[in-house]
Amino acid sequence: MEHAGFSPRGDQRPLPGPGWYTGMLPAMQIPLLSVTADPLDVEAMVRRVEDESGAGRHGAVAVFIGTVRGENLGRRVVRLHYEAYEPLAIAALGIIAAEAGGWWPGARLAIRHRVGPVAVGEASIVIAAASAHRAEAFQACRYAIERVKQIVPIWKRETFDGGEEWIEGAAADPSDAAARQAAYERACG
Amino acid sequence: MRITILVFAKLRDLVGAPRLDRDVAAGSSVEDVWQSLAGEFPAAAPYRAALSAAVNAGYAKFSTPVAEGDEVAFLPPVSGG
Repeated sequence: MEHAGFSPRGDQRPLPGPGWYTGMLPAMQIPLLSVTADPLDVEAMVRRVEDESGAGRHGAVAVFIGTVRGENLGRRVVRLHYEAYEPLAIAALGIIAAEAGGWWPGARLAIRHRVGPVAVGEASIVIAAASAHRAEAFQACRYAIERVKQIVPIWKRETFDGGEEWIEGAAADPSDAAARQAAYERACG
Repeated sequence: MRITILVFAKLRDLVGAPRLDRDVAAGSSVEDVWQSLAGEFPAAAPYRAALSAAVNAGYAKFSTPVAEGDEVAFLPPVSGG
């Protein structure tokens, strides 16, 4: 006879923790374009973009994972800390997805960026692109990471042996056509 | 007009707070808001050359006018991805 909270063998096992069920939720739970403080789940991003594409529509999924390197500019990196202007970051991801939709109409993109502390070796961004054929998937995926680096209002602060420093890259300007063209050319290699 | 200024990353370190409520003259532009901020925090002034701006979570030019209650964000060069 089973008692609530006890296994049939009678030994007591704790109920699974709150994180247990998240893997069971449908992939639609993750937004297509998002920023999160949680660790990034590559499989979930693949499922999400596949859902967006629709079962059987895509013949290719290309994935980019950006990870934290342990060395930068000759110094040992201890950790990175990412900060975002979240509402504008989401809007910027939307701009990028719309641009990609213009170049590669059948492709679908999922982009998720992590904020907060990120350890060496951990992923800071995952991009998944699904399309009928592989050329478009690779190109849309590459285009997306190039544009993220150009226009999305996210900043990383590097903690290294001897100090810490905000890294400064591009002055974000979504209307800069030359930058957009450069990203497209890198994607089409 | 009462507006809110948001600053990020190194700019926030220089200004000392992530958001500031300030009064600006009616008819002010994003540029006017920046000049006022840079006047108050001169260490931030050199950022103008590589700065981007947003009003109410939408990218804006420095010539964009601001209105009562607007949220004006100044963005140092980005480093996401």
